[in-house]
Amino acid sequence: MSNYDRSMALTGQPPTTLSRNQKIATLIGLAGLAVILLAAFNNSFPNKGLWLSISLAAISTGIIWFSWDAYSNKEPGIKNDGVWFKSISSKGFWGWIAGIALTSFYIILYFYPEYLGLVAKGDNKGVIGLFDPLSRLLSGNPASQWFVYGTLYTVAILAFGIKFMWKYRHNRYERIRTMSVMFFQTGFAFIIPELMARLNGSSVLNGGSLPYYDLKNMWPLNYYNFEGYRIKGFLSSGDIGFALLIFGVATIFIISPILTYKYGKRWYCSWVCGCGGLAETAGDSFRQLSDKTVKAWKVERWVVHSVVVFVTLMTTAVVYSYLGTDTSKYWLTKSTFLIGVAALLTTVFTLVMIFKREQLQQDAKYGAIGYLVIILALIGIHFFSGEGNVFLFKSETLRKSYSFLIGSIFSGVIGTGFYPIFGNRVWCRFGCPMAAILGFQQRLFSKFRITTNGGQCISCGNCSTYCEMGIDVRAYAQKGENIVRSSCVGCGICSAVCPRGVLKLENGPLEGRIDSNQVLLGNDVDLMSLVNKK
Amino acid sequence: MENIVIIGNGIAGVSAARHIRKLSDKRIIIVSAETDYFFSRTALMYVYMGHMKFDHIQPYENWFWEKNRIELVRAYVNKVDTNKKQLLLDGSRALNYDKLIIATGSKPNKFGWPGQDLHGVQGLYSKQDLDLLEVNAPNKDVCKRAVIVGGGLIGIELAEMLRSRDIPVTFLVRESSFWNGVLPEGESQLINEHIKEHHIDLRLSTNLKEIVSDDNGKVKSVIIDETGEELACDMVGLTAGVTPNIDFLKDSGIELGRGVKVNRFLETNVSDVYAIGDCAEQHEAIGNRRPIEAVWYTGRMMGETVAQTICGNKLEYKPGHWFNSAKFLDIEYQTYGWVFGARGQKDYEEQFHWRHSSEKVCVTVSFHKETNLFLGINTFGIRMRHEIFDRWLTEERDVDYVMEHLTDANFDPEFYKQYEKEIVSKFNSDFNKSIQTKKKSLKRIFQLK
Repeated sequence: MSNYDRSMALTGQPPTTLSRNQKIATLIGLAGLAVILLAAFNNSFPNKGLWLSISLAAISTGIIWFSWDAYSNKEPGIKNDGVWFKSISSKGFWGWIAGIALTSFYIILYFYPEYLGLVAKGDNKGVIGLFDPLSRLLSGNPASQWFVYGTLYTVAILAFGIKFMWKYRHNRYERIRTMSVMFFQTGFAFIIPELMARLNGSSVLNGGSLPYYDLKNMWPLNYYNFEGYRIKGFLSSGDIGFALLIFGVATIFIISPILTYKYGKRWYCSWVCGCGGLAETAGDSFRQLSDKTVKAWKVERWVVHSVVVFVTLMTTAVVYSYLGTDTSKYWLTKSTFLIGVAALLTTVFTLVMIFKREQLQQDAKYGAIGYLVIILALIGIHFFSGEGNVFLFKSETLRKSYSFLIGSIFSGVIGTGFYPIFGNRVWCRFGCPMAAILGFQQRLFSKFRITTNGGQCISCGNCSTYCEMGIDVRAYAQKGENIVRSSCVGCGICSAVCPRGVLKLENGPLEGRIDSNQVLLGNDVDLMSLVNKK
Repeated sequence: MENIVIIGNGIAGVSAARHIRKLSDKRIIIVSAETDYFFSRTALMYVYMGHMKFDHIQPYENWFWEKNRIELVRAYVNKVDTNKKQLLLDGSRALNYDKLIIATGSKPNKFGWPGQDLHGVQGLYSKQDLDLLEVNAPNKDVCKRAVIVGGGLIGIELAEMLRSRDIPVTFLVRESSFWNGVLPEGESQLINEHIKEHHIDLRLSTNLKEIVSDDNGKVKSVIIDETGEELACDMVGLTAGVTPNIDFLKDSGIELGRGVKVNRFLETNVSDVYAIGDCAEQHEAIGNRRPIEAVWYTGRMMGETVAQTICGNKLEYKPGHWFNSAKFLDIEYQTYGWVFGARGQKDYEEQFHWRHSSEKVCVTVSFHKETNLFLGINTFGIRMRHEIFDRWLTEERDVDYVMEHLTDANFDPEFYKQYEKEIVSKFNSDFNKSIQTKKKSLKRIFQLK
């Protein structure tokens, strides 16, 4: 490249400094964090409830005041000035610091909760102890590391959600969507399960006790939903427990396919889901860091679909392990279950290959065939080899490795810890089996698409740059093609940042949804038919 | 194998190359003095503003060119020898061609202002201009004030860019209202107000007299023609339009006007030499279009057309219905068909204007006085569906039909406020009609049976 290119780094000094208000806001926010940090060093606060409130209030105030100062005195519109000059949002020094800090936090949270003050028998200490009063208020129980995490997670979604709504205050789609994720996080993920815990042992549940259940969190995102202890919990809790179990099965097999057909997977990924909620709010400043290369896309497809296969095998093995063999006791036995799984997968595979074959790329077909053969072979081996470990490994080994590799490392440590390095949707894009299943439905059985507005695209690249899922939106838009991609979570930012009004998320007829024809209007009809000749 | 050489790697040249590759196996060479790889010129502003890095505004990854066997040569073309069918590169190398496509784009206009070549004075068109801007106006300490001369699309973009770094901007506009040579009065007025909302010192009906130098040959101030006022500044942006970039063709024997003269097949007077994009000038304007169209979309369309011709399917450049778009600071603008500003308004053209009472949203619809034929629409702050207006223009719908079905054309994101009812009710009261808006119909929009 020419030596002109270097001038950017040498002389570019845009205003990246903080205003006075923002400095004060940062100070307040950090003071709130400092309280938690002090608690982490086992500084026992005298009035925990008060100090916890002060801390959480200070963190929220800091975030909200900072954003208010950033956006309030500006006209409504796109606020991406200086994104690539600020070190926090362009993988600079502060980006790496934030990444390392978040990653460390996740490692401690998942693997060393005792450093946060978790005490198995007796009173919690440290950070977890600080959160005890709030936990007792909600569920009546002392806090756990998950309660601490859930609280901070909710505070982050709420405070950064307000920031996001100010940033996009001209865009009603973004505002309403953000209110939705804030609502689902606070209500469904945080408060309702805590209150449900209060019912445990009561007569409403026939004296049973429900497992912790975030109702919007469906299998396979909550890969543990059908584990033995949870099934026991559900079944011990009377009609309500049974209804919840049925609901758990219905969410994945009935409710989500219908909603995805009508609205695309966005109804879940960017309107309801907690992971999506955090990515869209706290992670918004990092959306431009996702990798848009073709190479990244190839890796993404293999990795995310392999996770789906993994979670399917793992869940099958776990359910299998606690089922009986005697049909007279319960209709669902080990073998009927396995046959059922094999039949379901084969049916889906056959239907797709018959009706949607032409929409799959060659390597996707090979991948699907390969994985189906592996699953069926494993089931077959099991049948012909008699009793033993289903799928070669103990179900418990499978479950533990999944929980460690995918549940902790991928979704937490890498997925969220690396926001400032890989972008805010690494987990959703490369790891989430739920996103892959919904994406599969979205690609093949949905009315949702991003419509390209005729010939108005100027190839500027804002859409691709700000796509958190790493979709090269521009590649479609500049050809006049609709964007129908399984990974699209429908956040709507491509449409928002487009300076020429080219992109629109919409649910329309299936006919003509995937239009590989170039319909660049502005040319006369003869030329277009020639251009489209393959 | 035929050797196709394209001068210029902008949207026109690259579209031509891509389509020639689709249609044939010919050898394709693109020569550019500006950058190694194709980038989106319209997106240069976002690099300065920090929305994107330069890499992001390159629509294709770097492996794309080799994979598609499009050879890229970084060189300046000094001369075209049409007899030998040869280009002279960088004053030394020669490059032979069998067919030559000239797609060299434009350069900023300079109207002979005193001081127009001083340090700190620049246009905004090329990658080099962007780099220069980083030198002339990296921040508000180095550049305490910038003066922009010329109120068009590039001028307002430059103002937005400088404001993103808090640099004070004075914006000199010759016209009595921003871009009113193109925009109808109400719209132009709306943009005037919006420019001021962004704290840009907008001076209408104001001309530049001269640019004053300091002792080092760098700009110190500008003097305004009308008042004689002297404005201290560190940078002057000349954005009074562009002109075809064709100086290197002067003695080539290729017929030149303001641009490279071409016929409807985009052929020049010399055989096997074509010109497309900003630098091409039609002998006669096509419809209401200008002979030189310096627009992204027309560059692309000419590239696609000339590719057909070169690959043996001789094709006339026949652009469809006019459309364009832009963004004025925070306000998006789209146009479909023809809506003229006061200066260019046709005598048969009637205009209907609606503006929201508080928000920066407005619409102008133009139609035929006698026949009611729908001629075009300008929208500010509302997105419209290109396909729908293209269809209505082809079907020659009248304005009443357009008003009745306006909701079908809306392309705003979901949940946005809808203004169609208000628009149509104003139309009814202005023209004494009683049109009812129809509900949005997916069936009509997507033409389902």
